[in-house]
Amino acid sequence: MSLKKIALNELNKLFAALSLTKKVYLPVEKAGQYDYAPWEAGVEYRPEVLHTVKSAKSVFFPQSEDLVRYRRSGLSLNIECEAPEDEDFVIFGVHACDVKGFEVLDRVFLSDPADTYYKARREHGAVISVMCGRPEETCFCGTFGIDAEKPGGDIQSWISGETLYMEALTAKGEEIFSQLGGIVADAGEDDAKAVEETLSGHREIMKKLPLSSLTTEGFGRDADLLGLFNRPEWKELSASCLGCGTCTYVCPTCQCYDIREYNTGKDIRRFRVWDSCMYSDFTMMAHGSPRPDQMQRFRQRFMHKLKYYPDNYDGAFSCVGCGRCLQKCPVSLNIAKVMKKLGGAK
Amino acid sequence: MSENCTGSCVPGMTKDMLVPQLAVVTEIRTETPDVKTFRVESPDGSPLFDHMPGQCAMLTLPGSGEAMFSITSSPTEKGYKEFSIKRCGQLTDALHAIEPGQEIGIRGPYGKPFPVDTEFRGQNLLFIAGGIGLAPLHSVIDYVRANRDAYGHMDILYGSRSAADLVDLEQIQNVWMKEKDTNVYLTIDRPQEGWDGHVGFVPAYLKELAFKPDCTAIICGPPIMIKFVLQALIEMGFDKTQVYTTLELKMKCGIGKCGRCNIGSKFVCKDGPVFRCDEIDELPNEY
Amino acid sequence: MQGISAKIISRAKELMRDGTVNKVVGWKAGEFFYDCEPYVFETEESLDGLVYNRFCAANLSKYMIKNSIATGEDSLKVLVLLKPCDTYSFNQLLTEHRIVRENVYILGVGCEGMCDIDRIRENGFKGITGIGENADGKTLTVRTLYGDGEVVIDDVLVNKCEFCKGKAHKIYDELISDNEDEGPRGDRFAGVRDIEAMSPGERFAFWKGELSKCIRCNACRNACPACSCRKCVFDNNASGIASKANTDSFEEKMFHIIRAFHVAGRCTDCGECSRVCPQGIPLHLFNRKYIKDINEFYGDYAAGEEAGQRGPLISYTEGDIEPAAVSDKGGK
Repeated sequence: MSLKKIALNELNKLFAALSLTKKVYLPVEKAGQYDYAPWEAGVEYRPEVLHTVKSAKSVFFPQSEDLVRYRRSGLSLNIECEAPEDEDFVIFGVHACDVKGFEVLDRVFLSDPADTYYKARREHGAVISVMCGRPEETCFCGTFGIDAEKPGGDIQSWISGETLYMEALTAKGEEIFSQLGGIVADAGEDDAKAVEETLSGHREIMKKLPLSSLTTEGFGRDADLLGLFNRPEWKELSASCLGCGTCTYVCPTCQCYDIREYNTGKDIRRFRVWDSCMYSDFTMMAHGSPRPDQMQRFRQRFMHKLKYYPDNYDGAFSCVGCGRCLQKCPVSLNIAKVMKKLGGAK
Repeated sequence: MSENCTGSCVPGMTKDMLVPQLAVVTEIRTETPDVKTFRVESPDGSPLFDHMPGQCAMLTLPGSGEAMFSITSSPTEKGYKEFSIKRCGQLTDALHAIEPGQEIGIRGPYGKPFPVDTEFRGQNLLFIAGGIGLAPLHSVIDYVRANRDAYGHMDILYGSRSAADLVDLEQIQNVWMKEKDTNVYLTIDRPQEGWDGHVGFVPAYLKELAFKPDCTAIICGPPIMIKFVLQALIEMGFDKTQVYTTLELKMKCGIGKCGRCNIGSKFVCKDGPVFRCDEIDELPNEY
Repeated sequence: MQGISAKIISRAKELMRDGTVNKVVGWKAGEFFYDCEPYVFETEESLDGLVYNRFCAANLSKYMIKNSIATGEDSLKVLVLLKPCDTYSFNQLLTEHRIVRENVYILGVGCEGMCDIDRIRENGFKGITGIGENADGKTLTVRTLYGDGEVVIDDVLVNKCEFCKGKAHKIYDELISDNEDEGPRGDRFAGVRDIEAMSPGERFAFWKGELSKCIRCNACRNACPACSCRKCVFDNNASGIASKANTDSFEEKMFHIIRAFHVAGRCTDCGECSRVCPQGIPLHLFNRKYIKDINEFYGDYAAGEEAGQRGPLISYTEGDIEPAAVSDKGGK
């Protein structure tokens, strides 16, 4: 492999160089919380921040985006679509879990008929991943077969000491290196050794994670759908669920959306917005909802991740073990608890 | 499935499946006190899109929302699509208030149609509908009428709350009842003056009529009617593989991505709305 | 707090055994030491999973809306564990006829202040595998994948505990508590005064920065005991404002300001809104602003102090302040 390197305190040069031609998204602090936002002078990359509140999916699949503008006058109607993304951008600092999250979204949004707006962003976006520095006790990406040490993307990178080591994995990644010119240097043999040491240290931590023994046994394509659906434990698992959308909105793989209208006064904007199956109006129709209880809505979310999604997408799970829901649920409900309760032998 | 965008969109952009095309409502017929049928065509008279019986389309009247409706007309009627729509919410209220000539947005077709060219071919067909549930069956019935020789005997059992609530009564009486090898049975829930036809609920009338299980049954109506009709058919000796129905859940995208119309691993918008009743047995009871 | 935890479990078991109650709403141990989950215990054995530690901040009052209403034929008597501050919310819900009091047995539990795991993380602890309360009652030992350390409890309290309203239970059937009521802790309106002291531009920038983080997850609303409407206007598609995202910068503020107005006079300052916010927005500052204003305009008033009380915003007197008094404050 051809390894490049840059000192961490030089990273702003890298961001500045890339920013000349494209937007660079990275975790940016706003009133004490980190979310992906465009880099601008003065913004520092903070490797010790493990997770943004909203996952990196928000760059490719924003929480809210306009699709169409309508103008009505009398009997006539004008329909104008929004232009899909047509400028290149880079997203920096994504960990393995969130990179795998993109693949979960890809299977939905890029399968025929592809979502034009998502596809355009995927095509124009390049991903520079960074291996997570210090995984938290809530991490369990290994459960889903994710190798945190190979975070993937177009360029993957590792931090060892005060240096960032980078490796291009795709043509898009190579192109970024060519744009960076002398800002990144070629790494030598000692550097490769330093990276290897970081990796072995990381491997040791991954083994010690409290959820490292969590498995997907009992879920997935081969699991009995109705058997899982009818398990009596759903009731107690969901008893304290508030029905808020926190788990959904911090999740890197939740992809359900609503399409709504907003009357600006001048025109009517039709926009797409993240939705949550935890909300009571998610399936509400004029004559009622097929999921009137919170238990049913709770069950839907986890059945989707652990059974329905695998059924529809070659056995892949719709969870990457990032642990955001473990940290953010106001009443400490989460997928790990569900998997422990319902998984394994019946 | 995408096509290049026309009209005021970005030049050269591929049109997204979520973006409707412009259409115009050319005719509005009042069927019942709360059902109107809307004829929709493209503004320049070119075909909107091809569909098959049982498929749906999304209609939008900007400012009032967008929703999925069954296409009532048969694909054999070229040049337009018709939708029989019952007033039951924000969008349908607004649609009932428009005048002919109103431009609207339409996208589709969505979903899996009834197997009219495969499993239904050569079969005797028994249609059972309640209220506005006639809408999706209407398309199949007209398709069968247009290709009459390809199918066997046709029985149509249709019921509603009252005589005034029978959708499309004029066409039923003047056209369907005169169709060859076709019997039409109408019923209303409660007796009323001027009605000399059958009175009673659809499932009870179905048992009274005692159809032989030598046909394929196609049912649509309120969930409670479907439930009792299905029970009655089983009692009459039908196998669930002989019975088809169409389901309805809240939909937003129509292409199996927005995630809300699933029943288990199936999406009603994409894998349905038409299901054979034995397939429904394998799904969780959440519809 | 470990001491009373054993007492609570044994008393709850006793009450279940003798038929006084048939359910217990309490906190259950989670995956880790800190993720205690509100839980409905239905058997005596299951009560072995009940915990009461420094991480039981969740206010259980609101759960009594659904858990105090009998759905079947069986008689229902539900025990609920309430901390002193939680009893204000319970009273307010009684005032609003949301809870069936006779179906509830309140076991008041003493509290020495709850800790906020996010604040512990902010102290640099990553990969927390265990937390133990030290004998001094003032510090916690935090064990992590990357080494162990100590934090001072006072430095990592949940905001509502940092400004504790007092250790007295306002309603209960039975108490298990070692606390003495030392009255309120700290000056809970200090943060409000800081904002009042800002120029209008600074104040706008402050709230813009905070509220633009909102992801409209509704955790604040769904956790709030004062938000008990059967159908919220923000969930009502016919309202025209049921957006699921902030479609513009006006809406992101509108949601929270409307919510704050709607709970004004009924908010007991239980602090759940800020505690549950995944984005760390200090939503309690809105509520405290209203409480402070109500206190200044109408005299000190604490919603939930007792059940059945009529708040100043819903009881007109001739001596009520004129609306002009608000505009005279110059928007503060």
